[in-house]
Amino acid sequence: MSRSLRPLLATAVIFAIAYGLSVMQFPGMFSTRVLGNFLTDNAFLGITAVGMTFVILSGGIDLSVGAVIGFTGVLVAVLISWMGLHPLVAFAIALIVAAVFGGLMGLAIHALEVPSFIVTLAGMFLARGGASVITQDSVPINHPFYDWISDLLIRLPGGGRLSFIGLLMIAVFVVGALVAHRTRFGSYVYALGGNTVSASLMGVPVARTTVAVYMLSSVLAALAGIVFSLYTSAGYPLAAVGVELDAISAVVIGGTLLAGGYGFVLGTFIGVMLLGLVQTYIIFDGTLSSWWTKIVIGVLLFLFIVLQRLIFAASAPGEKVAEKA
Amino acid sequence: MSIITKLALAAGLATALSSGALAQDISGKVVGFSQIGSESGWRAAETSVTKQQAEERGVDLKFADAQQKQENQIKAIRGFIAQGVDAILVAPVVATGWDDVLQEAKEAEIPVVLLDRGVEAPEDLYLTSVASDQVKEGRVAGQWLVDNVGSEDCKVVELQGTVGSSPAINRKKGFEEAIAGHDNITIARSQTGDFTRSKGKEVMEGFIKAENGGADICAVYAHNDDMAVGAIQAIKDAGLKPGTDIKVVSIDGVPDIFQAIAAGEANATVELTPNMAGPAFDALAAYWADGTEPEKFIITESKLYTAADDPEGEYERRKGLGY
Repeated sequence: MSRSLRPLLATAVIFAIAYGLSVMQFPGMFSTRVLGNFLTDNAFLGITAVGMTFVILSGGIDLSVGAVIGFTGVLVAVLISWMGLHPLVAFAIALIVAAVFGGLMGLAIHALEVPSFIVTLAGMFLARGGASVITQDSVPINHPFYDWISDLLIRLPGGGRLSFIGLLMIAVFVVGALVAHRTRFGSYVYALGGNTVSASLMGVPVARTTVAVYMLSSVLAALAGIVFSLYTSAGYPLAAVGVELDAISAVVIGGTLLAGGYGFVLGTFIGVMLLGLVQTYIIFDGTLSSWWTKIVIGVLLFLFIVLQRLIFAASAPGEKVAEKA
Repeated sequence: MSIITKLALAAGLATALSSGALAQDISGKVVGFSQIGSESGWRAAETSVTKQQAEERGVDLKFADAQQKQENQIKAIRGFIAQGVDAILVAPVVATGWDDVLQEAKEAEIPVVLLDRGVEAPEDLYLTSVASDQVKEGRVAGQWLVDNVGSEDCKVVELQGTVGSSPAINRKKGFEEAIAGHDNITIARSQTGDFTRSKGKEVMEGFIKAENGGADICAVYAHNDDMAVGAIQAIKDAGLKPGTDIKVVSIDGVPDIFQAIAAGEANATVELTPNMAGPAFDALAAYWADGTEPEKFIITESKLYTAADDPEGEYERRKGLGY
């Protein structure tokens, strides 16, 4: 077991070294402000990435999450600003819509035996198109409830702040980790990602689990959409374009096997923080092109794929996992 | 008209103030600049000019390209605050959703200046905004025509920008304001050329056919330089001389139009300056020197360029900016 913790450890060590080097260059990066920003600025990405971790653990992929964030933001903004609903009612509607949407995708993947890649690609177009049909503009949300939530923060010494959405992300990670590692549903998800056929032979309810995984991913994406609307106090149909790819990167950098069946929710958290660190470093530097973020993420991804391959080959020679990876 | 005069006065005052403040030394200050991206030539030029302006003043500019995403802009602004920069410049990608992060900057006592676009946020959350006045741009173009045709009859054809876009609406409005009261100048035809070169050429070809092979057209007014360049091509194809047989006046001041002016094929352009950062730095300098609160809306100069304004030199100065 300790050997299989290596990818997680590798991510943590890389994060620690990278953060240490950044702080040596820019001492200002070691401050409560920056740490608070890590949580607040990456809240929507982190919440999405928890859902993505489950999907990838189950051996699938969900390309629709970025579009679901955009759609949810617009839906919530329209319900609040145009229809006059209370934000909490709008949130409930948005989460239910997303649950149905994700459930249908899961159903299509299982029943039609279509690759999740194609089904969720269709879902992505549907959600993004739907959001843009509702409105092309950014819809502002002006509601006392939104002001109340954005005032809901813990001020840290040194000017940092723990925002509601940052804390919400941590809560989602904790609950996600418990579900993945401590519940029957979690073990089903791992079994599904290991091998669908043997999972079903072992009595794993494949249909139910598949539907539940995509439902969970869409609901968390919708929650991320709500967080995004809190973050910007607006709904914008082109919000969070490409976030699905950032989420996948965070999951893989966090040590989860892209083929499924192996990984940790905590690893994804470190993956998200690592992506945030790269962006923050480039902002602090202020002379590098922001496109270097993409290059660094690309290098990290490649590094982790190679690393996983090496670790699995070394730790479990001849085992199934090694062939699968 | 009185509001316009006031605006013009405000702009003049702002320029006067800023030129006075230029003496203030702001070298060594650290300023963060969150740019939208590089979606157009003008945007790229704005980035280059901002970097130049910072360098001239000895300002350490931290530049962050948001790749068209608001979340990246918010992150960049938060990052700048965490770094403890002295001021932040933002060219906001959308108008909404800035209240929280601007509030955070305000609490950290970091002045924020908006460049070329406004936001829907309480005015006390930012120091000032620097932008152009699109109606004025149209007015300057119209005024040039009024001054140049004298009392002769003049039929103008107009190439509009994208239907419904604010520059198209405002530049049309300004032009009409300028020619109002001059009955010898009439807009004979007006159609959209979508701000593109190819569409500008196509629409101009139609205008020429409809107006007696172009013989009845005295001038073409294009809402941007690209359409004017297309129209020049159409005029040449029809066997007429652009700039002489048909006057050409447009807006933006991109390098290509200066080449056309130098060749005598275009007559005038009104510059939409990419130098939004200069006035912003001046306002900051004054603010830091003695706490002078600048005007809330600084309007950039809409300068007219003709063949008399060294078009070759203007072309040379602009071609490296990334247009």
